[in-house]
Amino acid sequence: MFGRTRKASDFGAEIEAHLEMETDRLKEQGMSDEDARTEARRAFGNVTRVQERFYESSRWPGWEHFWQDLRYAARMLRQSPGFTAIAVLTIALGIGATTAIFSVVDATLLHPLPYPHPEQLVSVIDDLPGVGAQDVGMSVPEWHDFQRSGIFEYVAPSGGGDVNLTGSSQPTRILFAAVAPNYFALLGVQPELGRSFNPEDTTPGFTLEVLISDRLWKGAFASDPQILGRNIRLDNDLYQIIGVMPASFHDPGQTTAQRNTELWAAAGLAGPPAPDPLRASHFLAPVIARVKPGLTVTEAQSRLDALVASLQKEFPQDYPLQSAWRVRLVPLKQTVVGDVRQSLILLLGAVGLVLLIGCVNVANLLLARASARGREMAVRQALGAERRRLVWQLLTEGLLLSLVGGIVGLAILYCTKGFLLQIVPDSLPRLNEVTINWPVLLFALGATLFAGAIFGLAPALHAGRQDLTHMLKQEARGSTGSGEQARTRRVLVITEFALSLVLMIAAGLLLRSFADLMHAHLGYNPQSVMTVRTWLPIPNDLATDVYRTPALQAPFLREVLRRGSTLPGVEEIAVGNLAALPLGHSRTDLNPFSLVIEGRETNANQAPLVDGSIVTPEYFHLLRMTLLRGRLFAQADDENALPVVVINDAFAQMYWPGDNPVGKRIKIRVPGDRSTFAWNTIVGVIADARTESLAEPTVPQMFLSLYQRTAKDWAIFLRGRLDTAAIPAQLRAQVQSVNPELPVFGAQTLHDVVSASLSQRRFSMEIVALFALTALLLAGLGIYGVISYIVSERTHEFGIRLALGAKSRDIVRIVLRQGLGLAIAGAAVGLLGALIVSHLMAGVLYGVRPTDPLTFAGVALLLIGVALLACYIPARRAIRVDPLVALRYE
Amino acid sequence: MELLQGTLDLLILRTLIFGSQHGQGIARAIQQTSDEELLVEHGALYPALQRLEERGWISAKWGISTNNRKARFYTLTSAGRKQLVKETTKWNRLTAAIGRVLESEEG
Repeated sequence: MFGRTRKASDFGAEIEAHLEMETDRLKEQGMSDEDARTEARRAFGNVTRVQERFYESSRWPGWEHFWQDLRYAARMLRQSPGFTAIAVLTIALGIGATTAIFSVVDATLLHPLPYPHPEQLVSVIDDLPGVGAQDVGMSVPEWHDFQRSGIFEYVAPSGGGDVNLTGSSQPTRILFAAVAPNYFALLGVQPELGRSFNPEDTTPGFTLEVLISDRLWKGAFASDPQILGRNIRLDNDLYQIIGVMPASFHDPGQTTAQRNTELWAAAGLAGPPAPDPLRASHFLAPVIARVKPGLTVTEAQSRLDALVASLQKEFPQDYPLQSAWRVRLVPLKQTVVGDVRQSLILLLGAVGLVLLIGCVNVANLLLARASARGREMAVRQALGAERRRLVWQLLTEGLLLSLVGGIVGLAILYCTKGFLLQIVPDSLPRLNEVTINWPVLLFALGATLFAGAIFGLAPALHAGRQDLTHMLKQEARGSTGSGEQARTRRVLVITEFALSLVLMIAAGLLLRSFADLMHAHLGYNPQSVMTVRTWLPIPNDLATDVYRTPALQAPFLREVLRRGSTLPGVEEIAVGNLAALPLGHSRTDLNPFSLVIEGRETNANQAPLVDGSIVTPEYFHLLRMTLLRGRLFAQADDENALPVVVINDAFAQMYWPGDNPVGKRIKIRVPGDRSTFAWNTIVGVIADARTESLAEPTVPQMFLSLYQRTAKDWAIFLRGRLDTAAIPAQLRAQVQSVNPELPVFGAQTLHDVVSASLSQRRFSMEIVALFALTALLLAGLGIYGVISYIVSERTHEFGIRLALGAKSRDIVRIVLRQGLGLAIAGAAVGLLGALIVSHLMAGVLYGVRPTDPLTFAGVALLLIGVALLACYIPARRAIRVDPLVALRYE
Repeated sequence: MELLQGTLDLLILRTLIFGSQHGQGIARAIQQTSDEELLVEHGALYPALQRLEERGWISAKWGISTNNRKARFYTLTSAGRKQLVKETTKWNRLTAAIGRVLESEEG
């Protein structure tokens, strides 16, 4: 210890001093100077040798041992490449997966929000617990009360949606947010170009000033340096760009759409187009606020509670006691992360468990090897190696293995990073912040060392406990280690088999469902069909909308159809709204229409809701939908004719079972359309088609004519021998030659739309399959480790059996029986688990029963096959034992 | 007479009980107090001193010898004092035991 602090030169000086003093002494006794020097050196002995001994003793012995152990460990791993590869892969898998999940946890849960003093940022949420309503929205007077309360520095509501942007290089559909003018002052973020909104602005409506995102600036405006002060139109209304936000800025929204906001418009939200600012008109959501410096969120909450109580007293009409109005402050980070927190922690736990099982497996393999190396250890110990050194050496082997595994895991993770981020659903908050950074690398290193310690310690402890003479005399003859250890290993292998069986069956059932869905009868033909979208503007002043009635819309619609049909390859063309795009809309894009059926009493609050689409007459033939009764729309069904409706068979069966619905009349209330509450006559019934969901064959639906209704969210359908690369631009040119202000976007083949609708299902299937394969690999590895261990422990016994005339077949049978027993026990437990899990999964299965015998039997057989394979390798090793060798060590 | 292995440490500790001394002084002292019977190879002394220092039984610092030479002086620490008592007891018991054996051989 202390020797390290002393320099060799100091030691040399001491020797020099000794020689001088000795020479002095000898000269005093009367020797000549030369003789005295020679005598002093002779008495000292070999100076160089003494200095060498100093060097040796001053070096830290630990390091030397460590390097020696490391070299030895590397040699051992090189000697058995098969074992090393399997172990390294297992660890790489575990560490790669754990690190991947941790990097997401790190970005979403551990990092503070990227705004100054994020701890002061809160979401302000209005609840009415008395009537069981949460997050009902805030009213404008409440907002102003809170802003003036002295509790908050700023309170800012916002609201968003998508809108047509014109005035850039090309009309586009963009995501925008209407925010209070103090929004950016609240967040504490400055634009990278230009200025922010004036937080004291009190304009009731839109201030006509907008900020744009860096992405929009670089994309739609080609990084125009003259961007500031430029005029643009949003749904035909004029605005001015006053700044560009930094590339790193993302809106702190809860949804993907909010987070990807490309444009912010400042608005007082107290005048048109917003509703009248009444106290009871709760429409502001989400609302965020920055708590005054020095106040904690809890203190702010209690002061807010007092304010809410006094407002309730002041305005008893607006806040009835039974609704129990309350305002809740939630840290902004919590609302941004949302529900993901729990599932992420759960996922991290699950992946950690996989890593742990992987470690235990590798520990098993190492144990099997350690017992095979028992004699080596015993001999080294007998030759004077300290037991501590042997333990350290085994530990070093484990650590080296885990380090190599960890590095391989990280390398795999780094290479597949882009792909992994793609398959993660982009609804995950803060996905853009996920990176492999220092904390993540530190975590990976920690996991690696932890793993190495776990499976390095197992054989090390084993070696530490061994009785030397026992080991030398008989290499574990007949003994099967400690009974407890053996039992633990067996239970582990059985658990692994059970787990992988459950996962494999889940994956198998999902796979069969997926295959069935791919071949489901659609009821329409998506081949050779392309869809392109456009969106008619909704200006702030509805009176200026040039397409506000079907009659105003019809000339434009006819012109788009006429021009579109002249494009090369186009044989048929039709237009519908977004709801008419088969499988191409999410449930939230639907506005179910409420119905009144002629001759039936309907409670106004319980009107039946049916999904409806608005289409042109060509739509049905273009998609090859089948007419069952009556007729389809005709060109004569225009704005002057009686309103007509086409329904599907499911709708007919639901309200007129066994009766002909053609000629029956219904009233349809289209949301946001007050003029259409008239009787509609059912003119036709079409066959059910899977346009809402591939898995649901019968969803009641109805179709209205686009010549009798208005729609803003258009999908243009084209059928023919289309050049899919050229058509989008050609169609855009045609649409914009009629109205140059319209964005034309979202071109897709209908086939892609249909297969994209399965992406969520495909993702979960792939994830389950991935887990199942991992589990299978681990289970195979586990049984291999245990059986290898048993074989090496019983080598001696097998030798005797072979010497006594047992056939190698018999030995193989003994070994395989051991393994098969474990596998069958695991499979039995797993089958029970799989029955439970598959019934829970019934909701996501399609076309296959939860107890599908083919899947169950197939997976069980596969698993047992893997077990047999994993046992066969050690079994072969057992029969290759030379009886002489096995018996020699008596 | 050559030194028995392991006895050098004991002799060094014993010599230092009379006060600080440098290496050459220790070598002289061992030779003189043993009436020149014990021959210490001076070179062997220094690794032994280094070892004892590492174990914390003696401490060292540079100083000036009586005839004005720079020299490294060694002092017994309290741990060294305890070690000396322990080693001396052990040594006495060993020599007594060996003595008894040899006597019985003779008898």
